[in-house]
Amino acid sequence: MTPALTPPTRSLAIESRGLTKRFGSQTAVNGIDLAVPRGSVFGFLGPNGSGKTTTIRMLLALSQATSGTITVLGRSMPAGLHDVLPRVGALVEGPAFYPFLSGAANLRRLDTADRHAPGATRRARVQLALDRVGLTHAADKKVHAYSLGMKQRLGIANALLLPRELLILDEPTNGLDPQGTREVRSLVRSLAAEGTTVFVSSHLLAEVEQVCTHAAVMSAGSIVAQGTLAALRAVGETLIRVRTPDTAGAVRVLTHLGLTPQAGSPDDGDPMVTAPLVGTSWLPEAIVTALVAGGVRIRGFAIEEPSLEERFVALTGEGFDVVQ
Amino acid sequence: MSSSEALPGERPSVVSSRHGSGWSLLASEISVLFRRRRTWAMLVAVALIPILLAVAVRLSSEALDPGEGPPFLDRVTQNGLFVGFTAMVVAIPLFLPLTIGVVAGDTVAGEAGLGTLRYLLVAPAGRVRLLRVKYAGAALFCLVATLTLTVSGAIIGAALFPIGPVTLLSGDTISVSESLARSLLVAAYVTVSLLGLSMIGLFISTLTDVPVGAMAATIVVSVVAQILDVIPQLSWLHPWLFSHYWLGFADLLRQPLDLGSFGQNAIVQLGYLTVFGALAYSRFVTKDILS
Repeated sequence: MTPALTPPTRSLAIESRGLTKRFGSQTAVNGIDLAVPRGSVFGFLGPNGSGKTTTIRMLLALSQATSGTITVLGRSMPAGLHDVLPRVGALVEGPAFYPFLSGAANLRRLDTADRHAPGATRRARVQLALDRVGLTHAADKKVHAYSLGMKQRLGIANALLLPRELLILDEPTNGLDPQGTREVRSLVRSLAAEGTTVFVSSHLLAEVEQVCTHAAVMSAGSIVAQGTLAALRAVGETLIRVRTPDTAGAVRVLTHLGLTPQAGSPDDGDPMVTAPLVGTSWLPEAIVTALVAGGVRIRGFAIEEPSLEERFVALTGEGFDVVQ
Repeated sequence: MSSSEALPGERPSVVSSRHGSGWSLLASEISVLFRRRRTWAMLVAVALIPILLAVAVRLSSEALDPGEGPPFLDRVTQNGLFVGFTAMVVAIPLFLPLTIGVVAGDTVAGEAGLGTLRYLLVAPAGRVRLLRVKYAGAALFCLVATLTLTVSGAIIGAALFPIGPVTLLSGDTISVSESLARSLLVAAYVTVSLLGLSMIGLFISTLTDVPVGAMAATIVVSVVAQILDVIPQLSWLHPWLFSHYWLGFADLLRQPLDLGSFGQNAIVQLGYLTVFGALAYSRFVTKDILS
């Protein structure tokens, strides 16, 4: 195949077709077609056990696909791994280090594994990476004395030892406190601003929702939704929420306007009436005017954009049940 | 840094130039191996073997009859240079294989157990390169362990017993300096003897993510080989066992120097190196790294 025949791969950092992984009779990843545009921050979402890490292992040539093809940074994997992997920084299934070495010594050790990493700048690059994740003060501490959050930061520092074209971060906020989570988010933003494609997996949508431009949602080994965040959001419906003591009046007025309201009274607040804002040409302010004109006393009025969280739960199911 | 100039597809490749020799991983491997307390503990234990032996002989008043106890033991009191040889005879059936089992069994399984294997491979270390480096580290440990025993034996022998020209098994006498050279030759012989077992350990290590399992299995293999070696009914098998020539370094203590068993030993070890190297290779390059 000549490059000219495959223009899409030039703009995609990661592309998979029919990627499948079976362990015995169990299918962990079932024919997924990933398309991660270059320059994007791509959220790879799914509950625990949905096949995210298995997919990442195949992308990084750690394990072999049962069937399907993978292209990373324009090269087929695993054939092109020696060309591709030096350009990829990765955090896979949690950080892992030699507990008897210091944080800095661990990074130097892992850096020697890449034969293209210049030895002359090794110490400086390690310092820089530690600085970037806020671990400079703990550089000479043995890793067995690190907290989970510090190990996680060290794992991210390892991915940043060289300038990368693609970062694959598997659950980067795992074990971090809210402050650390915020730092990771701002780190991802700054890396993306430098032009690095960031592929970040998480089972917690809220942690990546704010930084992603694109996302794919995995459930039970299959991709159930994929696209830009805006497109994924658009599938849900916008709601209006009216807080009022006159629920019956509000329902009457809204029904008259052609909406399909529902009254409810949450335990901890005022009675509510909600209605989806689809299939109607009424503007929210006109609805408020109509309610007031109808004698409904309004304590609050809100427009609720569809939450990606709800969409995520709708796609992957709620609760702790691991599907496979 | 601004994002305006660097369009994603146009970023210059960070690996355009091939700097770095690739030797740094070996240097790092050796440094990690010898920074572990476990490695030092094993080397100290190896060094204690000749010391315990020499002290025990020195403190006991009973003179041994020739041929009683391990080979060369009766000569220790006459000449301190025999401490090293005797300690080698004592250490080679169990203690040295034990330390080799720990180091070789840990090579790949230890990294898998820590989870660092996936980070080494993603770096990318290259699977074949990583195997080579791991084996080189284990082989270096064999050399360091036998040298430790030799040097420790020479020092304690000189401290507790008279040193002088050594009467060899053939009855000839060689000078102190030549006998020290022979000691190093014995150390080389024993190092070579352990190379086959090291490769077996490396292969076993690619089979599991549990380092202790790989260590135990490697030690068991060395014990089983020695048991098979003393069953007369299996005499056809004996020349093929990697442990068969382990005690054959007595030939190095004859005049003229007989390197025949050295050569035979080396050939057997080379055979194990080839077979188990190929097995480790074929297993590791296709292995799914799920640790």
